[in-house]
Amino acid sequence: MQKDELFKRQIRKVAVSRMLLTACGLLMTAYGSLINVSDAHAMHVSEGLLPFHWAALWSVLALPFVAWGLFKLKKLSSVDISFKPLVGLMAAVVFIISCMPIPVPTAGSCSHPCGTAISGILVGPAISILVAAVALLIQALFLAHGGLSTWGANILSMGVMGSIAGFLTFKALRSMKINLAISGFAAGLLADWATYFTTSIELASGIKGESPFIPLFWKILLAFVPTQLPLGILEGAMTAGMIVLLYKKRPDLLVRMKVLKAGEAA
Amino acid sequence: MKFRVRSLEFGVRSILIFVLLLTAHPSFSAAAEKWPGVDESVIEKFAKEHGQESRKPFINTDQGDLLLFVFLLAGAVGGFIGGYYWRRLTERKVPKIQIVKKDN
Repeated sequence: MQKDELFKRQIRKVAVSRMLLTACGLLMTAYGSLINVSDAHAMHVSEGLLPFHWAALWSVLALPFVAWGLFKLKKLSSVDISFKPLVGLMAAVVFIISCMPIPVPTAGSCSHPCGTAISGILVGPAISILVAAVALLIQALFLAHGGLSTWGANILSMGVMGSIAGFLTFKALRSMKINLAISGFAAGLLADWATYFTTSIELASGIKGESPFIPLFWKILLAFVPTQLPLGILEGAMTAGMIVLLYKKRPDLLVRMKVLKAGEAA
Repeated sequence: MKFRVRSLEFGVRSILIFVLLLTAHPSFSAAAEKWPGVDESVIEKFAKEHGQESRKPFINTDQGDLLLFVFLLAGAVGGFIGGYYWRRLTERKVPKIQIVKKDN
């Protein structure tokens, strides 16, 4: 009886400490947000930064991918209604992650992960592109984050390249029978780096004027490295963590989304 | 045994939060005092060097604390939607217990 009482007390103590830690974490997040948001640092290509013809070209290139996403969403949700909660979850994840500035102490600057690797793996690249396009549009309209004229360029870098790079990396590694967590990590890492690689191409081609493209592209890409190198690792860890968590909670869902084969689910 | 594991978990979490708090503090940075986003430190910097400057957004929420408000709102709405769908995906449905009336 006394043992039970003692154990209950200890459990209560742990619960209280957990609550305090969570509160501490929340306060820290709020503190971080206040530092970063007050200066309005968006990480996508800002409004008006690309000349009109380049902005139009990226938009035209991004459009078929968004249409592909719409077509896939309509097709899949008519077959399986339970697919919708997963799309809803991914939309929220991509939206929050892609407007969350994370400080990188080694670089002294902030940037954000993209979240398109996890959505590319779970709902497929087509729907992931659509989800990213919607997130980018809301951010451009209301959060002074990105821009309407640069919407196409941002869809192409974060949505198209991020989703496809994440999806293909994950599929390639899984076909080589590589562990789920490692495949997820590599997918997140490469999706993040592919995004900023594409942003460098878009920016260099848009602003180069008379100067040569290649040196400017390398200059921009190298300038991204101190921030995006650690953030890519963080994105990899986040992607791996989410995949493993879903594997533990809903392995059947991963099988249904063709992330795992039927025999691989525990 | 169970309590020891939990204490260990608590210890690891405390260290992680401490490290996060430490590295998140601006004074920890070797760079400038503030934390510019890569848009400012990379994108806009290069664009400016090549004669391109960003325009104000069509709906300019970057005015005083208005941006804080919209970020908070977006975070809250996004968090709510994410949490709602996560619950819908992971909750296990418990079958309803059938209540049978017994006649005495």
